[in-house]
Amino acid sequence: MTSAGLMWKNVWRRKLRAILTIVSILIAFLIFGVLRSFDQALHAGVDLAAADRLVVVSKVNFTVSLPYAYVNKIAAVDGVKRVTFATWFGAYWQEPRNQFAAFAVDPESWLETYPEMIVDPDDRARFLANRTGALVGANLAKRFGWKKGDRIPLPSTIWSRKDGSKVWELTVEGIFTGADAQTDTSYLVFHHDYLNEARSFARDTVGWIVVTTSSHERNDEVARAIDTMFYNSARQTKTDTEKAFSAAFIKQFGNIGLIITSVVGAAFFTILVITGTTMALAIRERTGEIAVLKTIGFTGRRVFALVLGESLFLALLGGIPGLLFASGLVTAMRAALAGLLPTMVFSERTLLEGLVLILALAFVTGIVPAANALRLNITAGLARG
Amino acid sequence: MSEKALIELRHVSKSYRKGKIVIPIFEDLDFAIAPGEFIAVMGPSGSGKTTLLNLLGGVDRPTGGEILFEDARIDNLSESRLAAWRARNVGFIFQFYNLLPMLNAARNVELPLLLTRLSRRKRRENVATALEIVGIADRAGHYPSEMSGGQQQRVAIARAIVSDPKMLLADEPTGDLDRESANEILTVLQQLNRDFGKTIVMVTHDPEAAKYAKRILHLDKGRFVEAELVS
Repeated sequence: MTSAGLMWKNVWRRKLRAILTIVSILIAFLIFGVLRSFDQALHAGVDLAAADRLVVVSKVNFTVSLPYAYVNKIAAVDGVKRVTFATWFGAYWQEPRNQFAAFAVDPESWLETYPEMIVDPDDRARFLANRTGALVGANLAKRFGWKKGDRIPLPSTIWSRKDGSKVWELTVEGIFTGADAQTDTSYLVFHHDYLNEARSFARDTVGWIVVTTSSHERNDEVARAIDTMFYNSARQTKTDTEKAFSAAFIKQFGNIGLIITSVVGAAFFTILVITGTTMALAIRERTGEIAVLKTIGFTGRRVFALVLGESLFLALLGGIPGLLFASGLVTAMRAALAGLLPTMVFSERTLLEGLVLILALAFVTGIVPAANALRLNITAGLARG
Repeated sequence: MSEKALIELRHVSKSYRKGKIVIPIFEDLDFAIAPGEFIAVMGPSGSGKTTLLNLLGGVDRPTGGEILFEDARIDNLSESRLAAWRARNVGFIFQFYNLLPMLNAARNVELPLLLTRLSRRKRRENVATALEIVGIADRAGHYPSEMSGGQQQRVAIARAIVSDPKMLLADEPTGDLDRESANEILTVLQQLNRDFGKTIVMVTHDPEAAKYAKRILHLDKGRFVEAELVS
């Protein structure tokens, strides 16, 4: 037998109580794992936003277009390294319920601005050369079964052609992947020129302009200069960092972060109370035994470690399976939520946060009983036991 | 006497505080135990028997005076050093056995050895030997709830001797047992004293039990009032 063996035996001395506590902890970490993954997926755009990218939109609303002329004017602003732009296409595949993100972009500058889009050089060359070519994200291609070379007639909920049709024919010239698992690959991009020349209205406008600054330290200065430049024009602009823009976009759905924090917080507080009470009761019941251990030579520190270790065992026994179940559930949900949250993964960060929380739970619930065991006076303990 | 003593109390006083009231137990007590003695301490409730045992075992500290074990003071050791001293030198036997219910007999006996650097194999050997000595080897895999009081007390004695301490302190070791079991336990203690040279101090209310010792001391109001040698 070892000290760990003694802790293990102590955990299981009241099986039903141990199982109920472990299940409570498991559920708490399951909730944590799933909600944290959900939250991270929602904020993936925010987290992955480059520090040196600014987004320029209409001050009225980001759905209101900006004149194309702004692109060149912004490019001339001091501190601007690169400018690109995009227009929201409003695409769906076959049925309106199959909506997905499609952007009409300036191909070359877009790919330079977003190096996290990993494209095969040959595909890139073909895409740049073909005005009706499109680059499709790997997740999107998988979702609809598209392959390189496929011709896809894409209906738009916004843009009609001069001939009245709302269907735009594109050719898949390449499938791009992400620089990491959280990079969004659930959208497609195609040539802005193709959209601009054939659309029946709003010609020579763009949806938004993306600015890469020469240094993120100049972001504020550049953003101010851009907004000041268009202050007296008919279309005023609002320039923000890409991070702030993404965060504002998510806020449309409500304060998800607060909801998640509240749910996880409430679950954790409940578990904390349950586990803490269980541990305190368990130690109180064993006052006599702890006194005996001290009598036969166990030091206060050793008894402290035994009690804290027992608490750690409980937290690990519930927490690790909870995180594993969460990982499985997130993987299972990923396919179902591919359209809504394409970047939903159970990340290493979530796992790490979960492990830290397990340790914190063990410490918070075990520290008081362990300290009581440490302080226990042997003669008083023997008398009570 | 001091050069021969295994453990010695010099001018020891001990009192407890209950609120504002100070309750004296011992005042200026001198007492020495030679190696290989088997002493029974008798006396009425509140005479200080258990307090004496606690002082001898280093689980309690005197209010004044000194306690020496093999001529070295133990009353001024730090908590952790005192715990280590107890683990090395003292085996405790309690009235209600105090075995851990979730461990079988062998695991209970092994507990003190967790504090040593012995290998797992050596620990198993020592546990087997201790169980053999107290005559309960066949119950090694049994849990306390599966054993009689006498058997549990044998396991408790095995736990007390497994790390080969010089001194055994027994607080009413037969207080919870029937006569037959009590006699068996007392015979085991006698054997440990006679054959293995263990110094034993046993607190008891039972005159029959006290007769198994070599010397009987009567304690009353914190003073030894009478001593008798057992023939």
